[in-house]
Amino acid sequence: MKFVRRYDERDRGACGLIGWMNKKGRKMSGEAMIEAIANMNERGNGLGGGFAGYGIYPELAQYYCFHVMYGNERAKGLTEELLAARFDVVKYEEIPTRPHPAITDEPLLWRYFLSPKGVDARESEEDYVVRAVMDINAGIADAFVFSSGKNMGAFKAVGYPEDVGKFFCLERYEGYIWTAHARFPTNSQAWWGGAHPFCLLDFSVVHNGEISSYGINRRYLETFGYTCTLFTDTEVMVYLFDLLVRRHRLPIEVACEVVAAPFWKDIDAETDPERRQLRTALRQVYASAMVNGPFAIILGFGNGMLGLNDRIKLRPMVAAENGADLYISSEEAAIHVLCPEPERVWMPKAGQPVIGYLEEGVTSTGVAADLLPSGSEKS
Amino acid sequence: MTSKEHTTQLVAEDSERVRIDAKGLHYRLLNERIREAIGDGRKYIEVVNVCGQRYIGDGIQAQVRIDIYGIPGNDLAAFMDGAEVVVHNNAQDAVGNTLNSGRVIVHGDAGDVIGYGMRGGKVFIRGDVGYRVGIHMKEEPRRKPVLVVGGTAADFLGEYLAGGVLIVLGLTDTARRGTVVGDYCGTGMHGGLIYLRGAVEDAHIADRFAEKREATQEDLQAILPDLTEFCEVFGYDLDEVLAQPFWVVRPSSRNPYGGSYVPNP
Amino acid sequence: MRNTLVPRRFKQVIDYEKCQRCKRCVMGCGFGALEFQGRVVPSEKNECVACHYCVNVCPEEAITIVENPLKFRPHDVWQPDIIMQATRQAETGGVLLSGMGNDRPWGVIWDHLCLDACQVTNPSIDPLREPMELRTFLGRKPDAVEVERGPNGELRAKTSIPPQLVLETPVIFAPMSFGSISLNAQKALAMAAKELGIYWSTGEGGLHRDLYPYADRAIVQCASGRFGVHEEYLKAGAAVEIKIGQGAKPGIGGHLPGRKVTTAIAETRGIPEGTDALSPAPHHDIYSIEDLRQLIWAIKEATEFRVPVSVKIAAVHNVAAIASGIVRAGADIIYIDGFRGGTGAAPTMIRNHLGIPIEVAVAAVDSRLRKQGIRNQCSIIAAGSIRNSADLAKAIALGADACAIATAALVALGCHLCQQCHTGNCSWGITTQRPELTRRLDPAWGAERVANLVRAWTEELKEILGALGVNALESLRGSRDRLRAVFLDEKTREVLDVKAAGE
Repeated sequence: MKFVRRYDERDRGACGLIGWMNKKGRKMSGEAMIEAIANMNERGNGLGGGFAGYGIYPELAQYYCFHVMYGNERAKGLTEELLAARFDVVKYEEIPTRPHPAITDEPLLWRYFLSPKGVDARESEEDYVVRAVMDINAGIADAFVFSSGKNMGAFKAVGYPEDVGKFFCLERYEGYIWTAHARFPTNSQAWWGGAHPFCLLDFSVVHNGEISSYGINRRYLETFGYTCTLFTDTEVMVYLFDLLVRRHRLPIEVACEVVAAPFWKDIDAETDPERRQLRTALRQVYASAMVNGPFAIILGFGNGMLGLNDRIKLRPMVAAENGADLYISSEEAAIHVLCPEPERVWMPKAGQPVIGYLEEGVTSTGVAADLLPSGSEKS
Repeated sequence: MTSKEHTTQLVAEDSERVRIDAKGLHYRLLNERIREAIGDGRKYIEVVNVCGQRYIGDGIQAQVRIDIYGIPGNDLAAFMDGAEVVVHNNAQDAVGNTLNSGRVIVHGDAGDVIGYGMRGGKVFIRGDVGYRVGIHMKEEPRRKPVLVVGGTAADFLGEYLAGGVLIVLGLTDTARRGTVVGDYCGTGMHGGLIYLRGAVEDAHIADRFAEKREATQEDLQAILPDLTEFCEVFGYDLDEVLAQPFWVVRPSSRNPYGGSYVPNP
Repeated sequence: MRNTLVPRRFKQVIDYEKCQRCKRCVMGCGFGALEFQGRVVPSEKNECVACHYCVNVCPEEAITIVENPLKFRPHDVWQPDIIMQATRQAETGGVLLSGMGNDRPWGVIWDHLCLDACQVTNPSIDPLREPMELRTFLGRKPDAVEVERGPNGELRAKTSIPPQLVLETPVIFAPMSFGSISLNAQKALAMAAKELGIYWSTGEGGLHRDLYPYADRAIVQCASGRFGVHEEYLKAGAAVEIKIGQGAKPGIGGHLPGRKVTTAIAETRGIPEGTDALSPAPHHDIYSIEDLRQLIWAIKEATEFRVPVSVKIAAVHNVAAIASGIVRAGADIIYIDGFRGGTGAAPTMIRNHLGIPIEVAVAAVDSRLRKQGIRNQCSIIAAGSIRNSADLAKAIALGADACAIATAALVALGCHLCQQCHTGNCSWGITTQRPELTRRLDPAWGAERVANLVRAWTEELKEILGALGVNALESLRGSRDRLRAVFLDEKTREVLDVKAAGE
């Protein structure tokens, strides 16, 4: 039974990923991403595939959309009780799917458009929503909220991503940011919740690699109220960005420096004393948030996306741009499926993010303008 | 560099030439077709619409030439022994992995881990390469690998180098914007030579293992044939290449770890 | 005829064919256990303690030490050690005194913990060729860094970080007072600390004039006896440590037997020569946690908030609660000394039976502080017989920021753990004040040996980190995930929060 978690151990993965966005907010159907991720079929082993799309629920853009998977009706009942108590449930329905021979044993898949109610002054609306997600995932057996942002959603399952994409009828959705992932976990008993992306509020992460600092990253996050329930190391990555960017209000490229911290030898050689002091302070304070081990990630957020490698670049990543289109991928060939002749192709450096964000006015959600890099995106 | 499709050269198929359309082909089928063509006696194989298929040219021993249009997948020409592979676009990771002999030419950039464990043959990249290029290349008396990069190389170039020649020429725009090679260059080096042309930060040469000095006329003479070949292939101006000073990075010791380990009492 | 019924423990065996009668062994023995009567013979009055100094100085390898072959009938409960202790007490009516740390067979938890290594799904990292970072900061840290943009868009940290000790490798030298050890031994540690970029500690004996040049790498201790504590002293050090307890004798203060209180000691400590220097059991101004808070802030004020304040405690049953209180009282560093910690002198029963192992103490403290959300507010130093780089790595995985070593450092100086430190007769010149013995220990030689030890452990730690697939120490720190337990009971595993091997 592929939904339920059988073994109490952490999945590790080698994988493939690709992300696309159009900075002017021009939308594309999810179907194109299916072809792109299928190109990297070799990087997965059919035990997980997933997508995140942004801008896909334009008429309901002001509501938090929970995508939830249930192992049974009881879990659904308990969850809906919790949701009704804490939110105005504006709309709810099954997530549309089509039968696919390769996708079996699916859980119940529902989506809810929610407006928080009864949030008291002591906590922000977003913390309230995060708490609801943690309470469902940790507190209700066989229920997992797998995305919880506004005007975005994740679609993931056990199977090759191209099959997962067809299963979820991705051709029906139009988004201005899409990420996709092909999974190669080493635990053969893969499960639906363990596929990527991992999401919280507007953040989504697809990840290639293994987090060897997971043990301490997880314990660090737990002190801030995040519970790791999805048995996959990638989970810590999305919670780290939520903590660092949303709660601690670190500019997003500074959050990248926490996660992929520069080496002491480079900090010591820094000639600007303020930069040196900042980087030293970050490593001192956020030592347990540094992510070690090989990784390449694409982080999606409400108004943009970023790609980041570990600081000795043990995983591949290629970026490209063509007009207002930005592409990030594990392999250049996959980009060419989406764009045969990009204007510019380059390989990002270790620990240096590629960041793209939507022009003003496209959306009201996402990372605050003062937390995005000033000027154009980094490469 | 941009990856534009070049007009294919092949004019007509005959007993020696064939064109294979890779569009929609799984790599196993594609590689099978390439091998079939070689088995049929073809010497010039043109593969078009390549998009990420892996392992092209792997283990091929025949003296053939394979032209690739599109982006080849990872591990291009791995364990190859004698053929020539020419890519008319960018290449991805692990090109020339444990190459034994033959020639790989890329009219574009290439990714990470190029030429890992190369034992012989030549890999020429027109543009830039990524991380961990030229790791643990080795040489024997009659076989020496050569890897030439027209642009820049990132961190860990020549890590653990045991033999062969690595040359980085800094002829691309990327080179003009920074240094020609990244950090930890030559770390673990105990054989072989690395030639660098352009701006190099001393702190980026792994000084426990390697030392850098200006290249002498003699040093340059030794690589002149490879440089000439490289310039011919890509249309670079050899005089312009030779007009800028070169550095040579060589191992500073044959046994860099001597003294670090002691017997357990 | 000996005046005790306690049999000798050790016998010196001399190979008279090889012996050249140079008498170096006779003169070398600090315990007077060898005499020359025509030839080298064991003393009738004094006993060999197996310090091996004679073995070391003999040019012919003509002498060795064996256990007294005198046999007791085997008894699982009344072992020879225990029989002899009762005999001694019958003769003297005294409290048994020992040096060094708990030697009883309680088992060593380190030896039941194994470390992970990366394979296939995650690469191990090559420590010899790729960067590997061990830099460690000890001190209080805020929970977040506030960042602002300057006028040109450049990013700056708004938050200021309180003072930190910066170590290039996660090891410091544990407190050993001038008095418990010789000035030459302390100087060797001070010199090594400077060389290595780490810290040494004055212990509770104050800071000798000669060592002021090394004060910038010294943690100056303020113990219950307040020996040698004055304003200049407090301001000279890199950190101030309030010593509440130590692992070898929880609940008891320091103890320097009178015969070790020489002129120099008396001067540095501010007490009369020849008297036993006993530190009071508690600080008499700390009877409750709020008193500790008061002392911590008094010290911070006196040092103008320029240095971190550390509090050293012994690992006891409620160490987690105590630690939490100490952090909330304002300490920047907590130093936890486990029950295997060494000492110059401690009552034997206290040394062997009070306190708990450092492994569970560190785990419990780290977990409790995290649970309460205050882990960032102080750094944890773990001590108590950290023997090698494997123990060091495991301590860090359990949550320690760094380890303090004492016994290991003394072994580097020549110590063979004869456990006679309290006698002041150390032949190696380490735990003695007798000038004819202390002059044998050349501080420069000693510093080199101690530095070698720490350098070797540093390289080994890098290899271990490489195998674990991390290239920075902070990615191992507190990562219980990287440990597995072999033959530990379930409850202990629960306290350690470590799974069983195979899980």
